[in-house]
Amino acid sequence: MNDVAIKIDGVYKDFKLPHQKVNSIKSIFTGIHKQKSKSFEVQHALKDISFEVKRGEFFGIVGRNGSGKSTLLKIIAEIYQPSKGKVQRSGRLVPFIELGVGFNPELTGRENVYLNGALFGFGKNEIEEQYDDIVSFAELGQFMDQKLKNYSSGMQVRLAFSVATRAKADILLIDEVLAVGDADFQRKCFNYFKSLKNSETTVVFVSHDMDAVREYCDRAVLIDKSEIVDVGDTDKIAQKYTRLFTNDSLESTAGDTATRWGRGTLKTEDISVKSDGDEVSIRQTVTAKQTTENPIIGIRIRSVSGDSVTGTNTKIEGKKIAVVKDGESIELTWKLPNIFADGDYYVDPAILGSNGIDVLDWWDEASRFSINKERQLPYIVDPDFVVEIK
Amino acid sequence: MKQTTERLKAKYRYSTILLKELVKTDFKLRYQGSFLGYIWSLLKPLFMFGILYLVFGVVFNAGATIPHYPAYLLLGILLWNYFTEVTNNGVTAIVGKGELMRKLNFPKYVIVLAGSASALINLLINFAVLAIFLAIGGVDLHWSALLLPLTLLQLFIFSLGVAFLLSALYVRFRDIGYIWEILMQAAFYFTPILYPITLVMERSHDVAKLMMLNPAAQIIQDSRYLLVTHEAMTFENIFGSGWFRLIPVAVTILFAVMAAWYFRRQSPRFAEDI
Repeated sequence: MNDVAIKIDGVYKDFKLPHQKVNSIKSIFTGIHKQKSKSFEVQHALKDISFEVKRGEFFGIVGRNGSGKSTLLKIIAEIYQPSKGKVQRSGRLVPFIELGVGFNPELTGRENVYLNGALFGFGKNEIEEQYDDIVSFAELGQFMDQKLKNYSSGMQVRLAFSVATRAKADILLIDEVLAVGDADFQRKCFNYFKSLKNSETTVVFVSHDMDAVREYCDRAVLIDKSEIVDVGDTDKIAQKYTRLFTNDSLESTAGDTATRWGRGTLKTEDISVKSDGDEVSIRQTVTAKQTTENPIIGIRIRSVSGDSVTGTNTKIEGKKIAVVKDGESIELTWKLPNIFADGDYYVDPAILGSNGIDVLDWWDEASRFSINKERQLPYIVDPDFVVEIK
Repeated sequence: MKQTTERLKAKYRYSTILLKELVKTDFKLRYQGSFLGYIWSLLKPLFMFGILYLVFGVVFNAGATIPHYPAYLLLGILLWNYFTEVTNNGVTAIVGKGELMRKLNFPKYVIVLAGSASALINLLINFAVLAIFLAIGGVDLHWSALLLPLTLLQLFIFSLGVAFLLSALYVRFRDIGYIWEILMQAAFYFTPILYPITLVMERSHDVAKLMMLNPAAQIIQDSRYLLVTHEAMTFENIFGSGWFRLIPVAVTILFAVMAAWYFRRQSPRFAEDI
């Protein structure tokens, strides 16, 4: 038990969502009969969640939006109470659900440091001791006596992060705070995380950014639709996470009109992808329902998790299509080197009018193809790297 | 003994830090941007006093039978204002900090306590003005004035209890805000602040008794007795001495304990109920 920092044991969380929130006294009286006929919906945000986080571990909580991962984090942070089950924590816990908790725009930067610090449990003296470090780390020396409302959002984040890194905790809970800030700031975050890894601190990190999870976490739990899919090694969890998208999109492509729109005067009739070891070729058949002059036809390739990999169109490639007469078809073949990493990809063909603005036919996820490569890279492109060591 | 205090200190360390910082912030923000700043916290009760004195003291001559009526009236207003400030602040205290509660777990009672602490500081500042009134009015301070902190303590506990109850109720029932506003308006006139309670006693002794059951009324009368004039009617004068004297204190403590219990029971769910 001594090497376990957080133990989550059979945790359930239900939210009662009233159809109309009962928040006036009248509705208690008038709503009595309705109460019985279920005037609220029960939303099961978490079902039977159990796992342990070991002391000193970097642990990821992964899941799509609405999977329940943030609710879980709030339960671990004691912000929400579990409906059933138990959470045990050993040691002092500090959550970063958001940077700059309690920041008040009407106070100066200096005053906010003290206020924010107090929320992290720092007394006045403790802040005073660290004040210079906090300011210099945030690089805000001359701004500290200005009101926070006059800060740019980047400055606010820097100040908040600077205070946050001071928090002395045995367990840190971090909810995607890495998603903010510029490259320089991200680098600072990165260094901070690295320093945490060398310390004894246990870190629970919630994210849907698999790269970040792979980068920092030793183990992770994958949550989907309020339940645990798997707990374990980060690479295994990352793969399962990606598979969630694949499975779901297979179900949804059939008859899903939201993924295709446009005037329909010139449409992609058929699209197919062939890939051998070195080359990917995409064949696209386009048929006109009306005579169309100077259309721009293009494709985009995306990974299954939604990141655009590449794309082009006839205009960019300097190819002009003068006219496609009513009822006629043309065939385009796109060829590109196989730079893709092992995994699944979508092709989104698009046809625009001559002005490049009118959408004639846009078809997201019209075709899907798999690239099988020996090596597994956690990125979306895998060009043939060459490394030379001298 | 030393060990116990150390342990208590450690247990309430976070709460103490938070409380200090919240009170400080409240004071910084309260009169920010206003020209006269903190002076307003003195001017507000003074103007209220001026108006009420003009209407009830001069026009209706309500204080004819009371020695040192101006000081008597001001003390009543200051104590009543304190009660109003703490309870009104209490209504919205928890809901107003909803954003914060969804980001961090901290002892929720600190928010309500902070509101009540900054009102207390305000009250003490206002007592400086009262001292001037007492001096000008030529009030002879009796030894009994030393007991005043006790009635203030009772006021502090009672107001805090009401604030706890209101703040927890308001999370679920937003009507509380309106109800309390109306209730306080009625209570202002049902409490002997402007007029001497003897005026009520002449008409109906029972109504006077009923009025004195309100701890706010009893506290105001006691404070006046201790500080301004021994002619002020106290609970004992109206109910008779004996164990009755313990009723207001018992009511205050019982009420505060119940309110604290309710608040404590509700507080883990505040973050999701707001």
